[in-house]
Amino acid sequence: MKRIKNAAELQALRQSLLAAQDPDRPVVRVCLGPGCLALGAEKVARAFKSAIRNKKIKAKVRPLIKETGCHGFCSQGTLVSLSPANLFYVRVKPDDVAEIVESSLVQGQTVERLLYSDNGTRYRSAAEIPFYRVQQKIILKNVGVIDPLDINDALRAGAYQSLAKTPAEMSPEEVLRTVEVSGLRGRGGGGFPTGFKWRRAVDNARENPGPVYLIANGEEGDPGAFMDRAIMEGDPHAVIEGMVIGAYALGANQGFLYVRHEYPIAIQHLSIALQQARALGFLGKNILGSGLDFDLQINRGAGAYVCGEETAIIASLEGRVGEPRTRPPFPAQEGLWGRPTIINNVETWANVPHIIDQGAAWYARLGVPHSTGTKIFSLVGKVKNTGLVEVPMGISLGRLVEEIGGGVPGQERFKAVQTGGPSGGIIPYELKEAFTDYHYHPPDLIPEKKEISVDFDSMAQTGSIMGGGGMIVMDDHDCVVDVARYFLNFLQEESCGKCLPCRLGLKGMLEFLDRFARGQGAPEDIVALESLGQALVDGSLCGLGRAAPNPVLTSIRYFKDEYLAHIVDHHCPAGVCRDLITYSIDPGVCSGCGLCAADCPEACISGKKKKAHVIDAAACIRCGACQAVCPVDAVHVA
Amino acid sequence: MTPKKKKPEMINFTINGRQVQAKPDWTILETARLNHIHIPTLCFHPAITPWGSCRLCVVELRYGKRGKIAPSCLTRPVHELEVFTDSERAQNVRRWVLEMLLAECPASREIKDLAARYGVTTTRFSITDPQEECLRCGRCVAVCHEVVGVQALTFGSRGVKKQLETPYRLPNSACIGCGCCVSVCPTGALQDRLDTVRGDLSRRTGHGFAH
Repeated sequence: MKRIKNAAELQALRQSLLAAQDPDRPVVRVCLGPGCLALGAEKVARAFKSAIRNKKIKAKVRPLIKETGCHGFCSQGTLVSLSPANLFYVRVKPDDVAEIVESSLVQGQTVERLLYSDNGTRYRSAAEIPFYRVQQKIILKNVGVIDPLDINDALRAGAYQSLAKTPAEMSPEEVLRTVEVSGLRGRGGGGFPTGFKWRRAVDNARENPGPVYLIANGEEGDPGAFMDRAIMEGDPHAVIEGMVIGAYALGANQGFLYVRHEYPIAIQHLSIALQQARALGFLGKNILGSGLDFDLQINRGAGAYVCGEETAIIASLEGRVGEPRTRPPFPAQEGLWGRPTIINNVETWANVPHIIDQGAAWYARLGVPHSTGTKIFSLVGKVKNTGLVEVPMGISLGRLVEEIGGGVPGQERFKAVQTGGPSGGIIPYELKEAFTDYHYHPPDLIPEKKEISVDFDSMAQTGSIMGGGGMIVMDDHDCVVDVARYFLNFLQEESCGKCLPCRLGLKGMLEFLDRFARGQGAPEDIVALESLGQALVDGSLCGLGRAAPNPVLTSIRYFKDEYLAHIVDHHCPAGVCRDLITYSIDPGVCSGCGLCAADCPEACISGKKKKAHVIDAAACIRCGACQAVCPVDAVHVA
Repeated sequence: MTPKKKKPEMINFTINGRQVQAKPDWTILETARLNHIHIPTLCFHPAITPWGSCRLCVVELRYGKRGKIAPSCLTRPVHELEVFTDSERAQNVRRWVLEMLLAECPASREIKDLAARYGVTTTRFSITDPQEECLRCGRCVAVCHEVVGVQALTFGSRGVKKQLETPYRLPNSACIGCGCCVSVCPTGALQDRLDTVRGDLSRRTGHGFAH
C-alpha cells in the first residue's frame, strides 16, 4: 500500500476502488457480531466459503463472502444479508447454507422459510422490518456492511472522507467550533458537552504549552451492553478517523485506545485497522500533507469496571492502580502525566466524522434540543426483538420498546425498564407521577408526564441516567428488589474501595436489600436505605459511587409497594425472591409423568406414576428445576 | 516579561456564616482549622497529599443558587462561597460513614469516640471482624511513599476485599523500620501489624536494614 500524501490522492484511490468494484457481484454479508458469534456465525461463514468454493457457480461472477460486524437484530441470529438481491435471512444455520447458495445465489430465488416473519407477514429485506424501520442508522451505518478487516472496503463506504476535508478546508478552530455547535454530548454516560471539554483542553494547552493527549474509552463494563464493542469490531476506522480529526482540532500527537481485555475481537480489529491506517498515511507523520503528526496505540484494560471512569483510566495508563481521583482538576486541565487530556467514549469519537462531514447544523437538527444526534442502545431483557438499535435522541421509551423491541413476548405486561447500565435507574413504563426536582438536577426541564423521552435531561429527571446505552426491559416476572440487589452486588464487587461511602456503603445497602429479599426488615428500613443512598450520592468520590444507589433509589421511588410487599406481607409479587416463594403442583393439571421428581436435586417431589405429584415444601430449595422441566406447566409459584 | 511579585490575593468566603480568609492554594479544611472551626477527618494528615478517602470532612457548599457536597480537604474555596460544615446533607453523609465504620472497625476506640460525638452509638450493619481497627484510609501507604520515600506498604485486592498489605504479601527489606506508618495511623491499627511489614527484626542484618 502506498502512503497517501494529500486529499486528492485519497479521492483518486477511492474512485479507483469504486471503479474496480462490480455492482452486480453478489455479496453475502454474514454477521459476526457478539450475538451471532455465540450462535455459531463463524460456522455459517465457513460453510458459505466452502460451498462457493466447491460449487460450480453458474452466475457470471463468484459471490463475495463478507464477515461483517453486528447487524443489530441479535435475537434472530445468525443474520445473513444478500446484495444486490436485497434479501435478509434470519436464524441461519450452517445446514441452511447450501440451500441459500443454490436458490438465492444461483437461481436468484428467495428461501421463504429463512425470511423474518412476524404476525404472518414475511419481510424480504431488512429495511422493511419494523425493528429496522424506526431506527436511524448514522454511527452504525457501516457496521454490518463493511468488512472491518479491509480498509479498502471502509474507504469505498466513505471512511476518512471527513479527515480529508478537515485540514484542507477547516482550521482547527473551525473543527472545534463545529463540534461545539453540533451539541454533541459524551456518549459514555455523563453526557458532558464534548465541545466544551475540547475547548477547555485547548485553552489549557495554550496557557501551558506542551503535549495534549487523546484517549478513547472502550472500557465498556456494563452487563448487557455492547454498543462500543459493535463499533470497534464492526467499523474500527470510524473511531480512528474521529480521533485523528480530534487530534487536528486539539493539536495532539498521541492518542490511546483504552479497550478492555474482554474484547479480544475488538482489539484484534482495531490493531489491524491501525496498521492499515498507518500504511496509508492516515496515522503517523504529516497526515495527508497537513503537517499533523498523530499516532494511536492500544492499551488493554484489565477488566475493572471502575476503569471506565476517566481519572481511573489515566491512573491505569500511567501504570498505577486504576483508582479514580477527585475532580477538579479535570483531565482536560491536568490529565495524563499532568497534561490536558481528552477522554471521550468510543461512540463519541465515532460521531465526530459525521459531524464534520455533514455539518453541525445537520447534526443539531437530529434528536431534541440539548440532546442532539442519535444514540445506540442495546435493547435486552424481556423484549421480543433484542439487539443493537440506533435511534434519534428524544424517542419515546414506549416506541423504543414497543415498536422496535416488538413488546414483551407472551402475555406478560411491560413493567419497567432499567436504563444506563448497573448504575442507572429502574423506571416504570407507565410513569404517571408528576416530576419534581431530583436532588442534583435543575428542575427547569420537565418532560411530559406520560411518555418518557429518551434523552440525557429527561432520563436524569426520572432519577435514572442515560448511561452508556444499556436498556434492560422487565416484565411482571422480574422483582425490582431482586434486580436492584443484582446490580448493587455487581457494583459492590467493582468498587475500587478507595472512598468509604462507596466501599462500605454499597456493602451496607446490599445488607438491607438481602434482608428485604428474605422478608425481614421494617418499613422504616426503606427510609433508612433511601437516606443511605443519598449519603452515597453526596459523599462518594467518583461517578461509580455517586450513581451506584440509582437502581435502589429509583425502585423505591416508583415501586415502593413492591418493597412493602416483601417486608410487610413477606411475599414477592414477581415470584423471584427464593425465601418468599413456594412451589406447588396443580393436581388438576399434573399428568404424573415424573419428570420433575427425576430432576429435583433434593428429591422432595413424590407421587405415583400417572398420578398428581406433590412437592415437600419444607425440603424444597426453590431452585425452579421442576417448573422448567414440566411439560404441562403444572408447577406454580406463589 | 517577568511576573510581578505581588502579595497573593486573599479569598474571602464564609464558613458557617463566619467571614474567613484563605490564601489561593489553601483548602477549605486548612482555612477552617486555622480559624478553629472543627471538621472531622480520618484520612487527612498535614504531612501527606490529601486524597479524600474517608469523606468525613464533607461540607455543603453554596455558591449563588448552586449547592453541592464536597470534601473540604480537597476543595479550594472561591470568592463569596458559603460553606456549611454541619448542614443536614453533610451530616447525613458523615453519620452514615461513621455508622458503617462502627461495623467495619469495631475495635477502634478513636472511631467509637468520634461517632459518639455525632450521636452515632449503634450500628445496623453486620460486623465481620470484631478485632478490626484498620479503615483503609491510606495514610500509612501515603506516608511510606511520599515522606519516607519507600514503598513498603500497599493496598491489595479491590473494593470490599481491600486489604493493607506489603508487596507480594511478604515482609520486605524496603521497610526501614521508621515507624512513620504507625505514628500517622488514625486508629492505631498498624501497631500490631508492623512486624508483618518489616519481618522479624532479629533475622534481619546487613546494609539498608534497621537494626
